[in-house]
Amino acid sequence: MLSEPPTLESAAGPHTIIDGKEVVNFASANYLGLIGHEKINDSCIGSLEKYGVGSCGPRGFYGTIDVHLDCEARISKFLGTPDSILYSYGISTIFSVIPAFCKKGDIIVVDEGVHWAVQNGLYLSRSTIVYFKHNDMSSLKSTLEKVTRGNRRAEKIRRYIVVEAIYQNSGQIAPLDEIIRLKEKYLFRVVLDESHSFGVLGSSGRGLAEHYGVPVEKIDIITAGMGNALATDGGFCTGSVRVVDHQRLSSSGYVFSASLPPYLASAAIAAVDYLEENPALLSKLKRNIALLWNELSELPSLILASNPLSPIVFLKLKRSTGSTKGDMKLLDEIVDRVLKEDLVFIVTTKRSTLDKCRLPVGLRIFVSAGHTESDLLKASNSLRRVTALVLSELA
Amino acid sequence: MVRLPYFTALTTLFSYGLLFAFGQMRDLFRKILDLPKSKKVQGYAPICLGLEDFYTRRLYLRAQDCFGRPIASAPDSWIDVVDRYSNDNNKTLHRTSNITKCLNLGSYNYLGFAAADEYCTPRVIESLKQYSPGTCSVRVDGGTTKLHTELEELAARFVGKPAAILFGMGYVTNSAIIPALIGKGGLIISDSLNHNSIVNGARGSGATVRVFQHNTPSHLEEVLREQIAEGQPRTHRPWKKIIVILEGIYSMEGELCKLPEIMAVCKKYKAYTYLDEAHSIGAIGKTGRGVCELLGVDPADVDIMMGTFTKSFGSCGGYIAASKEIIQYLKHTCPAHLYGTSMSPPAVQQVISAIKVILGEDGSNRGAQKLAQIRDNSNFFRSELHKMGFEVLGDEDSPVMPIMLYNPAKIPAFSRECLKQNVAVVTVAFPATPLLLARARICISASHSREDLMKGLEVLSKVGDLVGIKYFPVESENSHAEAKLKKLE
Repeated sequence: MLSEPPTLESAAGPHTIIDGKEVVNFASANYLGLIGHEKINDSCIGSLEKYGVGSCGPRGFYGTIDVHLDCEARISKFLGTPDSILYSYGISTIFSVIPAFCKKGDIIVVDEGVHWAVQNGLYLSRSTIVYFKHNDMSSLKSTLEKVTRGNRRAEKIRRYIVVEAIYQNSGQIAPLDEIIRLKEKYLFRVVLDESHSFGVLGSSGRGLAEHYGVPVEKIDIITAGMGNALATDGGFCTGSVRVVDHQRLSSSGYVFSASLPPYLASAAIAAVDYLEENPALLSKLKRNIALLWNELSELPSLILASNPLSPIVFLKLKRSTGSTKGDMKLLDEIVDRVLKEDLVFIVTTKRSTLDKCRLPVGLRIFVSAGHTESDLLKASNSLRRVTALVLSELA
Repeated sequence: MVRLPYFTALTTLFSYGLLFAFGQMRDLFRKILDLPKSKKVQGYAPICLGLEDFYTRRLYLRAQDCFGRPIASAPDSWIDVVDRYSNDNNKTLHRTSNITKCLNLGSYNYLGFAAADEYCTPRVIESLKQYSPGTCSVRVDGGTTKLHTELEELAARFVGKPAAILFGMGYVTNSAIIPALIGKGGLIISDSLNHNSIVNGARGSGATVRVFQHNTPSHLEEVLREQIAEGQPRTHRPWKKIIVILEGIYSMEGELCKLPEIMAVCKKYKAYTYLDEAHSIGAIGKTGRGVCELLGVDPADVDIMMGTFTKSFGSCGGYIAASKEIIQYLKHTCPAHLYGTSMSPPAVQQVISAIKVILGEDGSNRGAQKLAQIRDNSNFFRSELHKMGFEVLGDEDSPVMPIMLYNPAKIPAFSRECLKQNVAVVTVAFPATPLLLARARICISASHSREDLMKGLEVLSKVGDLVGIKYFPVESENSHAEAKLKKLE
């Protein structure tokens, strides 16, 4: 990964300009196509003129602006939870929430495919961490069984299960009904990260709980980054009043950091309002994902490795070269040629050396409700052509 | 450096003891009253057991209305504080629609870029229309726009280093960079009063962490010698890397770090230095280039310089400036760069415009005016407070000045009385400061005019008399101030 990423010269919508040429953009997690939307831009402009850009202080010291409180109320109302709390950056949400609730001596059972921010939160919490196989419910059951068997001090130890709704490392969706059943049997609390499923899953975009028909009160802590479907930045955490109040004093990313810029909070409010009024966006997104899946399911050398409902479409090499480095080189070559020759912008998985996740690397395509059918066909045709070329050159 | 009068220490300890005793009594009553309805939560361990949140429940909640006050305007020199009321003795607070216009002595608005600015805001709105408020993507995927590359070059040029890298949030900058720079087998020596983000980053890296006494180069030397001689724990092999982490201005003390002496010690023992200029970049120094310029240290000597854009530039986000090789390495390994959403384009444009104003590249001398204004304001305010007899901390030229309160009852009293007189101040207590050393922290801005400062001083003096915090009356103050000046010379 020695090359520089391409520089955009316009907004990161479904079509963007790279190097002066118009390109179909599948690299932004802009699931509802809200980037460049007029209503959101207008509310931002109003906010910028009234409040300026930054909030110049942490939440405790005059950094709480009324739009923050309005945004928190709006999100709680939308999701149907008692209260919520706003964070100023997407990934800082989960790695501040976990250490606020999990201390030394607690037990956390977590999926092995969670992303780096969750891993960092787990490390900072100093609790006992047990991994279970990626998205495998039988492995989760046996792990929970092992951990709680014969544990007499269970009354005092807090126990948590941490999962993501849509895993950004693989595009799998966590089966929430199964998890809730297991949690109630073994008495664990569930921390659910809905960064990529908020505004995507469920008939009105309320996330994984709505998708599975589980009442949202059964999930103890829901966190999400707003940098995906809502096209702004920042993150939030919702749950019961006790959960949210506890974070206002003991969550380090909330207390020791400047608050979210007010214009981003008003963009979030505008985005949630728009989503609530137009649930048709979700059906368009689902149609787009289904179309792309159809087109890409018969590629000769790549297989689809994500869930058919996930807006992150994940493609793996059918025959790996044997090493992650070799795979990455091949995938980088594919992505470069797809961009240069066919003007379609997709990306590979990027792993940091600090990341402990061992899931296979692949290509990621972020589908948006703003893509048209011709965009999706263009992408699939281009992929078909380029993979055939690149892999035949190898053989 | 803080002088704690003996009598004040005794009374403060007595107050805390009294509050603790009352808190325990209330807890006892709560336990007795709750006994019939116990065992209602079905086998889940409570989120906070026993004494874990005692401080929150019994001490903090009494003064909760002094913290987290919402405002309904830009955090400029005058703000609209929203009034709140409580029906259950401060446990929950509700907003009203009344607002009080107050003088803002609490926000980090050092150069006055917080509100709409005549040069910056039109450009920010234009970039919003062009690039929209978010990029929904990480920097390495599709989140790098032309604005980001422009700001990286500009930030590197401003600070005086060859290259820079941007991040969306200042807190994440520290906690995700330090693990990428050093790992197991390395040694981090950090100042005892470093910010929570640095502590989190140091813990998350897996390296051994040692602390040296705040701003004491001799103790740093002692710790370095001891650690180098001992080597890694258990194996006693030499350390793979040693990094010394310090801050430019310590936000709870208002002090500048003793950079030249510490740099000399680090050079002698070949340790790397990491300077966190969150509060000092843009606010001090003749051209706003931070503590290096003020204290005459060459930026090339400091290995890694970190800063945030929240305070002096009125935006959000952070940066790291270092040599080209380090930045190249960070671009490929730092998790915040690979997994964190890229900075919002209008915020990037705000920083670009702010830096241009400071450097004078916008064609006017507003930048130089702002820098001179904040320096004059800080020095004037601090000397006046000294004359009035308050115990004020901080060095010359630093825009942060904590006023010592000590006693826990004076914290909400000071805050509420000032609010009644339309001045908004920030009060800080345990755990952000040591238990006995609670304080009120004043942050001066370049947008405060002389009249604003005079009003602020008047109110502070009145409230100070009312609450009783003028611990050091005028005559001894004068001689102490002279002695301090002599030391600086």
